[in-house]
Amino acid sequence: MNRTRAHFLLFWGSLFGCYLLQLMPLPQTLLPLKPFWLAIVLIYWALETPEQVTLGLAFLLGLAGDVFAGELLGEQALRLCILCFILLRFRSRLRFFPMWQQSLAVLALLLNDRIVLLMVRAIAGQSPPPASFWLAPLTGALAWPWVFLLFDDLRNRWRARES
Amino acid sequence: MSVPRSTGPLFTADAANTLRLIGYLAVAIVLMVADHRGAYLPRVRYTLSLAVEPMYRLAALPAQIARESRLVLADRERLTEANTKLGQDLLLAQARLNRLSEVREQNQRLQELLAVQRSLDLGVQLAHIVDIDTDPNRHRLVIDAGANQGVQVGQAVLDATGIMGQVVETLPNISTVMLITDAAHALPVTVERTGMRAIARGTGALDALTLPSVPVSADLKVGDRLLTSGLGGHFPAGFPVGTIREIKPDASGMFAVAAVIPSAALDRSGEVLVLHQLIDAVGPPAPIADTGPPAPPAESPAHKK
Repeated sequence: MNRTRAHFLLFWGSLFGCYLLQLMPLPQTLLPLKPFWLAIVLIYWALETPEQVTLGLAFLLGLAGDVFAGELLGEQALRLCILCFILLRFRSRLRFFPMWQQSLAVLALLLNDRIVLLMVRAIAGQSPPPASFWLAPLTGALAWPWVFLLFDDLRNRWRARES
Repeated sequence: MSVPRSTGPLFTADAANTLRLIGYLAVAIVLMVADHRGAYLPRVRYTLSLAVEPMYRLAALPAQIARESRLVLADRERLTEANTKLGQDLLLAQARLNRLSEVREQNQRLQELLAVQRSLDLGVQLAHIVDIDTDPNRHRLVIDAGANQGVQVGQAVLDATGIMGQVVETLPNISTVMLITDAAHALPVTVERTGMRAIARGTGALDALTLPSVPVSADLKVGDRLLTSGLGGHFPAGFPVGTIREIKPDASGMFAVAAVIPSAALDRSGEVLVLHQLIDAVGPPAPIADTGPPAPPAESPAHKK
């Protein structure tokens, strides 16, 4: 009981934290490096507890992200749905990858996400983004091991305290 | 919220998943198209402002705490120094103001002569920047004054040194400002020295505007200051916009392109001024009046210029 509650808190707390991180200010030079936190954390939960992460959840999380970002309703929903779908498809393989391969997979997922974003923006008639647009997936892939270790550690601790 | 899903590699599960994906993608695309056409996201955000606004404030909190703690920890010496400098600046500004008051009286007289009823009284409102960023690719600011404080979409936002942008969205207590450097932004300017009109476009870089398609023969020099022209009715006239940094021919060689450094401190956070009245209080007449009687004949020569 307690454990499910802790898990519940961690799950929703991490997603909430993502929205905050997404909105948080950074120095001008670091701004293009800001990774798509919501995607990274969603990747973690989809790998570890796939029964909780469904396409519907990804869609709703994306919609919430759109409301906070205020750009185009449905954009992040679309991106997260695609990401989530690919992830759930290859989950069983990705799960047992060593860390660096997982990082590469995350990089590929985030790059794909960028391409989707680029397509959406191009169709919406926005001017092409600067080259720094492509940096964020790199930082995302670099951040992945730390995110993974952090959440794994937190969950292990709760499990240890439990028993 | 999650329906237990069979995780086995069954074909049926996969097919169902693909179908579900297509369904969600279709919904997302419909939402995006509808939003792009009808722009109803601001309305959704307005209704959800109870959730959006606290989130913004929460996200801005760490930066605010950092700034304030820096202020608290700033040593005495630096504060004294800053104080002296500010005192001197104030003195200078006062002196300038005194001179300006004379100019203002003169202006008043001239305006009376011309029978033009415009005043340069600025109704401004101070607002603080909520230090968050919603998308690094767009140049938006969030300020802590919204519809409840009387902010309206279209109002100009300034800082001490120049035009920053305009309000593009209002929530009850927060509004979003599009900076003049946003790639989707353009504003009408005049060159201070010659009075030449041009359009300054945002480039997507915080420290640059551009004047595209200026005639090669135009009288432009590096260092020329640009002011808002007031045409178009969105921005009041006469506010500094930027300084020309570079002029070079464009790709076709038919026109020149000028790079402009914006004069407002767009990358710094703090207070901004939201210009209160829209165009009727300041500057030249709007080009097309939707309602009301036609403009008095005395105004049309000024308009043509």
